[in-house]
Amino acid sequence: MTQPVQTYDIAVIGAGVIGCAIARRLTLDGARVVVLEKAADILDGASKANSAILHTGFDAPEGSLELACVQEGYREYEALHAQFNLPLDRCGALVLAWSAEQEARLPALMEQARANAVSDVVPLTRTETLALEPNLNPDVRAAFRVPRESLIDPWSAPHAYLLQALLNGGTLKRNCAVSGGSFDGAIWTLDTTKGPLRARHVVNAAGLYGDRIDAALLGQTQFTIRPRKGQFVVFDKMAAGLARHILLPVPTATTKGIVVCRTVWGNLLVGPTAEEQDDRETAGLEAETLRMLHAKGAEILPALAQEEVTSIYAGLRPACEHKDYQIRAHAGRNMVTVGAIRSTGLSSALGTAAHVARLLQGQGHAPAPLSAPQVPRMAMLAEEGARDWQASGNDGMLCHCERVTWREVRAALDDPLAPKTLAGLKRRTRATMGRCQGFYCGQAVQDLLAESTDA
Amino acid sequence: MTAHPETVDALIIGAGPAGLSAATELRRQGGGQVVVLEREATAGGIPRHCLHSPYGLREWKRLMFGPAYAKRLVQEAKGAGVEIRCQTTVTALHPGGEVDVSAPDGPRRIRGRVVLLALGARETPRAARLIGGTKPGGVMNTATLQSFAAFSKHRPFHRPVILGTELVAFSALLTCRTLGARPVAMLEPGPEITARGVFAAAPRALGVPLYRNTRITAIHGRAQVDGITVESNGVQRDIACDGVVVTGGFRPENALLRAAGLALDPGSLGPRIDQYGRLTDPAYFSAGNVLHPIETAGWCWEEGRRVARCMAAALNGALPPRDTAEPLAVDGVTQGDALAYALPQELCAPAPQVPPAFDRVQMRLRQPFSGQVRVAGQSHWIASRPERRITLPLHPTPEAE
Ligand SMILES: Cc1cc2nc3c(=O)[nH]c(=O)nc-3n(C[C@H](O)[C@H](O)[C@H](O)COP(=O)(O)OP(=O)(O)OC[C@H]3O[C@@H](n4cnc5c(N)ncnc54)[C@H](O)[C@@H]3O)c2cc1C
Ligand SMILES: Cc1cc2nc3c(=O)[nH]c(=O)nc-3n(C[C@H](O)[C@H](O)[C@H](O)COP(=O)(O)OP(=O)(O)OC[C@H]3O[C@@H](n4cnc5c(N)ncnc54)[C@H](O)[C@@H]3O)c2cc1C
Repeated sequence: MTQPVQTYDIAVIGAGVIGCAIARRLTLDGARVVVLEKAADILDGASKANSAILHTGFDAPEGSLELACVQEGYREYEALHAQFNLPLDRCGALVLAWSAEQEARLPALMEQARANAVSDVVPLTRTETLALEPNLNPDVRAAFRVPRESLIDPWSAPHAYLLQALLNGGTLKRNCAVSGGSFDGAIWTLDTTKGPLRARHVVNAAGLYGDRIDAALLGQTQFTIRPRKGQFVVFDKMAAGLARHILLPVPTATTKGIVVCRTVWGNLLVGPTAEEQDDRETAGLEAETLRMLHAKGAEILPALAQEEVTSIYAGLRPACEHKDYQIRAHAGRNMVTVGAIRSTGLSSALGTAAHVARLLQGQGHAPAPLSAPQVPRMAMLAEEGARDWQASGNDGMLCHCERVTWREVRAALDDPLAPKTLAGLKRRTRATMGRCQGFYCGQAVQDLLAESTDA
Repeated sequence: MTAHPETVDALIIGAGPAGLSAATELRRQGGGQVVVLEREATAGGIPRHCLHSPYGLREWKRLMFGPAYAKRLVQEAKGAGVEIRCQTTVTALHPGGEVDVSAPDGPRRIRGRVVLLALGARETPRAARLIGGTKPGGVMNTATLQSFAAFSKHRPFHRPVILGTELVAFSALLTCRTLGARPVAMLEPGPEITARGVFAAAPRALGVPLYRNTRITAIHGRAQVDGITVESNGVQRDIACDGVVVTGGFRPENALLRAAGLALDPGSLGPRIDQYGRLTDPAYFSAGNVLHPIETAGWCWEEGRRVARCMAAALNGALPPRDTAEPLAVDGVTQGDALAYALPQELCAPAPQVPPAFDRVQMRLRQPFSGQVRVAGQSHWIASRPERRITLPLHPTPEAE
């Protein structure tokens, strides 16, 4: 019996935050979308580890595509987060000067912010800075405040985007790596580990492999990914009270520098580093760097020296030789590349998706938006949100450090986007991610996952 | 929250050996309504998943395995009229003995006229040790490994490396045997095995090589550990394995205490107590490993009993005011930061009728030390090492000389 081969409108390669947001946008616009992800779970590349800041774009290069996408993304996140039950902690950021030289650069940075239409930045004297952040090292000289820099949940946001795509007719294929493909002038046939797949348009959102996918599908690429690793140290919830704002240094030419900020889950993180490497797969942690980060954190917030470390992690930015995003519609090929979304993809995802949708329309993709799309309601994992452990009928607490209930874990395992790996389950529920790192609940959590994946 | 929370005479938080023995003793002392709150589905604490001996010697002069011991503690408590509420997590402590709890049917507040914090201690995980490499599955503390052996049909690994040589590392070794896993090596970052004499021979007896002066610099693998890099005297090498058991480095489960602003000892990281086991808020008492990471179950059991008698005295108004407390003076062992902690941290003017729960000072060292120590005005000679229990007699008056 032969089955009619189905042809999707759009195939999105890669389920990082960018691919998830694009899948959502195009599905809402009325397209039949399939997302192809080579890993066992989504968010397994660059999007698995970041600082979780929703940027305003105050420090982005003036006139860049990155700036436009970040700002459009910020606005859409602001508009939709409540409906999706996604957190948004509008804590604001302080850019701190620790030397006379850095202090001298603050006016220019504020000028750039205003040029980027972030006009609400406020200069602060040393005294004003310390009044806002009393735990800060008193050696601080001056600062300015960026009120709308915010914190979000780096995993529930992309989950929500992709889940909305799936609820409205989209398809996700995991363990599905694209190795090549051909375009016959109207339809792409992609070679994948799950067999050939047909689609009218292809979006390359392969993150750390964006250049490789371009090479495989187009025979050439206009950028080369050079992964830039960032390591982090996460402190226990007790430390979160030490800082209200996102604490930023004066940036250098190559990096935004080491940030100290809370997470929406109520921890405090210090990082990231910026280390170029060839390896696209492994974001290795180095004890020496972690100790440096620990010390750096304690330099900024002296009380951190006594605080307990909860977690350590590292991520890889899909950086390349160009500074700006590499987003291109390939004329006559029904393909858009969304490459080198280096260090602001979480913030820009929704805006980048809107930009990509417009590019596809330029390639003849004619959408008919859904009139009443379904909206998923996400489990609230933020410390300040209404959590399940505070509700009745939660079946009791499973992970005590992060206060995750049995009901939450079972619901995650029962979801259309159910995790297949422990890392995936952790990202969806936070189970085992607290100070004990699974001492108490690790076995129960792993058994629940094993039962669900065996079934 | 409700204006009048449910009030009981004694509220015990934590159903491990310390909490259960305290609850039982309180009932025997006529302590009225005694309620134990336990966040796990089953009472018993750590011993629930220790599939080995020795447990029960001090309590019942019997050599028992952990699970049987835990069951017996629960039976005794219930037999004495203690009410145990499982799946009930205390989420906040408020002044005067009011606590917030979360249970399957939602949150609520409960007040104990006296409250015991018997929250136990946990091991330091891999992350807090800043061990580099990747973050694959198969890296866990001993308690998690034990839970696999006791509660699961799954096997987390077959050929792990065991990091550390505190007593608990030998529990990891035994548990691996129960699980049918064969440890490939045991690693000690320092020059000496931390646990006492007889245990030093155990790895060899079980055919597991023990490497001293050896630390893990990186863990490798994606889904599961596939090896580690170790460094020993400046030389690095790889060891193939599929798991890492990160043992020991116990620290009190103190997050609730910190959040409540109760004074902690920076050395033990547990609460500061007086000789009756009272915290700085006198509605709260404490016993077991939340005070001292860590002692045996029997020790914690005995401590729970003793503190329970002081709690019964508190219910009768027989304890001296907590604000008479003076810090315990310890001199001589402070050079080189050798003293980790000494407990009780404070001494109250003694109550004539109430024997103190802590009639001896319990000390732990951070570094080996031998020499003269003055504790509460009395001189003692000690010679000891980290992770060894030191107890010295304590005259109840701070100014005994
Ligand atoms: C240390 C660090 C800190 C950061 N901090 C922030 C921040 O605070 N705020 C912010 O906005 N951004 C931040 N970022 C940036 C943000 O995380 C990235 O911009 C974003 O994750 C990039 O997403 P992506 O979808 O383009 O790539 P990825 O997440 O890498 O997604 C690409 C996906 O494609 C899949 N794939 C690859 N090849 C194939 C193939 N052949 N077939 C099928 N699938 C394939 C991969 O498995 C992967 O899942 C940070 C990044 C790092 C590393
Ligand atoms: C791996 C391992 C092996 C060991 N082997 C031995 C041995 O062979 N022999 C021996 O004598 N000792 C052994 N010990 C030590 C012994 O188990 C402990 O000394 C003993 O369990 C300590 O008792 P406890 O009551 O202080 O704490 P725990 O037994 O840790 O009990 C504390 C209880 O408090 C509960 N709790 C904590 N916070 C809350 C909260 N917020 N709300 C509600 N409940 C809460 C916990 O769930 C737990 O049940 C071992 C310990 C370990 C970790």
